[in-house]
Amino acid sequence: MRKRLAFLAATAAAIFVVAAPALAQKQGGTLRISHRDNPPSASIHEESTISVVQPFMAVFNNLVVFDPKEKVNSPDHIVPDLAESWAWNDAKTELTFKLRHGVKWHDGKPFTSADVKCTFDALSGDEESKSQIIRKNPRKVWYIHLKEVTTKGDDEVTFHLDKPQPSFLSILAGGYSPVYACHVPDRTMRSKPIGTGPFKVVDFKRNESIKLVKNPDYWKKGRPYLDAIDWKIVPNRSTRLLGFQSGEFDMTFDSDVTFPLLKDIKAQKADAVCEGRPTNVNSNILINRDAPPFDNPQIRKAMVLAIDNKAFNQILSEGHDLEGESMLPPPAGVWGMPKEMLETMPGHSGDVEKSRAEAAKIMEGLGYGPNKMLKIKVATRNIAIYRDPAVILIDQLKKIYIEGELEPIDTTIWYGKISRKDYQVGMNLTGVGIDDPDVNFYENFYSTSSRNYTGYKNPEIDALINQQSAELDIEKRKKIVWEIEKKLVDDAARPVIGHNVANTCWDAKVKGLVLQVNSIYNGWRFEDVWLDK
Amino acid sequence: MGGYLVRRFLLMVLTLFGMSVLIFVMLRMVPGNIADILVDAAGIVDPKEKARIAHDLGLDQPILVQYGQWITGLAHGDLGYAYVSERPALDEIAPRIPISAKLAGMAILFAVMLGVPFGVASAVRQNTWLDYLLRVLSLSGLSFPSFWLGLLVLMAAVQWFGQIPIYDSEPHGFLEDVRLLALPAMVVGFRSSALIMRLTRSSMLEVLRQDYVRTARSKGASNASVNYDHALRNALLPVVTVIGIEAAFLVGGLIVTETVFNIPGVARFLVEAILWRDYPIVQNLVMLIAIVVVSMNFLVDMAYVALDPRVKFAD
Repeated sequence: MRKRLAFLAATAAAIFVVAAPALAQKQGGTLRISHRDNPPSASIHEESTISVVQPFMAVFNNLVVFDPKEKVNSPDHIVPDLAESWAWNDAKTELTFKLRHGVKWHDGKPFTSADVKCTFDALSGDEESKSQIIRKNPRKVWYIHLKEVTTKGDDEVTFHLDKPQPSFLSILAGGYSPVYACHVPDRTMRSKPIGTGPFKVVDFKRNESIKLVKNPDYWKKGRPYLDAIDWKIVPNRSTRLLGFQSGEFDMTFDSDVTFPLLKDIKAQKADAVCEGRPTNVNSNILINRDAPPFDNPQIRKAMVLAIDNKAFNQILSEGHDLEGESMLPPPAGVWGMPKEMLETMPGHSGDVEKSRAEAAKIMEGLGYGPNKMLKIKVATRNIAIYRDPAVILIDQLKKIYIEGELEPIDTTIWYGKISRKDYQVGMNLTGVGIDDPDVNFYENFYSTSSRNYTGYKNPEIDALINQQSAELDIEKRKKIVWEIEKKLVDDAARPVIGHNVANTCWDAKVKGLVLQVNSIYNGWRFEDVWLDK
Repeated sequence: MGGYLVRRFLLMVLTLFGMSVLIFVMLRMVPGNIADILVDAAGIVDPKEKARIAHDLGLDQPILVQYGQWITGLAHGDLGYAYVSERPALDEIAPRIPISAKLAGMAILFAVMLGVPFGVASAVRQNTWLDYLLRVLSLSGLSFPSFWLGLLVLMAAVQWFGQIPIYDSEPHGFLEDVRLLALPAMVVGFRSSALIMRLTRSSMLEVLRQDYVRTARSKGASNASVNYDHALRNALLPVVTVIGIEAAFLVGGLIVTETVFNIPGVARFLVEAILWRDYPIVQNLVMLIAIVVVSMNFLVDMAYVALDPRVKFAD
């Protein structure tokens, strides 16, 4: 009896301890956040920028989602969202979801399996569904193995894949994979989208603001805590940060605070909470391998050998960026190659001078030298975060007899120039939506991807990408992933300079915010965020 | 006078027609269109997607047809649809006009209120410490870039008042307008005030040396009467011209100030629309600016008649 009483007391105490933080959370208030630019539209499926995902993810739900309480997005940290449960068939080619009952879209219409079907039919390329809900489809290649989506009644949906794809669940869990409403036309989704999420769009004024209010009928009872979220579009970074310092904003835009600026913020607003985290956006070099002089693999090899990643890191981010190759390196990244392997890659070894001597020898063998420099143009978008590394690259290439000239390109014609192959070398940034090899490799290096804008084609790499995609054993899969990374380095596909780390700051009264460390594109549902005031 | 007005009006119409052709053609000479940008912004390399969007927006039609559609619509008050927001261009532009108009109006008011009296004082007290001080002030106004001055003002506001004026929603009432727009208006108007100050000073110095001013003094007129009734009125003609031109060309200053102070006016909107090649917005806004410039020139000419009875326009 005494034992039973003690057990009951311990249970009660445990419940109290667990429940205590929940009791402390306060309802109400408006979270005010600065936004860095004008989002091209509000339709997450049509865009490829954090400018859209961060404000509008809170309007939607996915079938499943990366656990918002966890810092690392990984297949082990996926929790139900619009789906209550899921199950794979034995062959791992069919993924069936049981859907939540009683969920309503913001316009009051019921959410059903038909919405899931039409969303993913559209994304996987079905033209009829696509014409209804989206105009552009930048991530079609994510669904390369999706053959068909079938429904069983209103509450069950099955994804049929042409081969096992363990990453498919992760793909569905990212911020770029919300479920859209079939009955809402694409134009509405771009201007005032309708979702099932914790917040409804009240107004999206171009160049001005985005106003979201609490969805009182949200299926997750007790959420969200906030009454509203006000995004103010402030293109000038100095004004944005001054607004944060003066209390006009409760939070900065994601990764808006560089390390030098962090000192200013801390000096002006000592109680600000600032967190530096990897963004899973990497700086990399595009090399036009289809035209002279870089159609010569020897010159490509020399160029890769000449790069000193540590110097880039020191100059650009005071040493905070992470060294890695195509995948985000551990511990923040789940799939990147281990440190000891990375150190064998060009640009990452301690002895840069040795690599450069080898590079110089290659160049001399090709007839170049101090009196006969190879003249090239280094093109990049005319934005500081692109231009700055390009300038450093030009400086480093001088050491191997390559004389670069900076060619700043207006953003509006940048991608067109790259796709026409009208460049020699380009400095580029690549954001990875989910820290997953399928997402990164299929999107950026697979020969048929519409986002492979350098037109990189390598049948061996395509085969390896497909092989790792179907591998169920994580350790075996990692080894294939690292092999792909190494081959991409050897082939100078897109030499990586570094993985960016940047800071996001918020006022001390903002609680419940968890920044995820291996992608900036996830974790913006804001349903657990509350204001302590 | 009537004949002159008709001629001026017809000239205005002709000028605006020429402007419309120039705007339309120049905009299409710039590389890239909205279809390129929409598709490129999503990081997609797919010519078929671009072609489909261009077709949907009518960008694959002959340029003459596109021009005809725009001008016909404009004549009927239909400005078309904005490409980016997919809303009527009028609905996008109209709410922003009063914001920029208020800001520009306050800036010009500030410039005139500062520039004219300081210019007169500088001329009347030529080569005194006050003159030197005001000349330094006017030189500063001409040499400080608006974005730098704007940021400095914002930093000072954070430092001293702990807050900055962030435009949140449309201000209601005069006081609210002043609270939100006074600082940016001063930043924009400072440069214009410097120009007006320097011109008023040189114009006043020239007039103060005229015989009729000496005559007025010899007749025992007071300093104030000589300076303001006799000299200033005659010195104002070139100043009015500059005020008119400054008012018309204020858009350039507004672009920077609206960006730094985050004011959702037409100037910042225009830059964004140009970046996105949002033709309906750019065409209509630039036409609007052209109309303002042409009208300001017309009003300045009319002001000559009011200020100087000797000015007559021949029929």
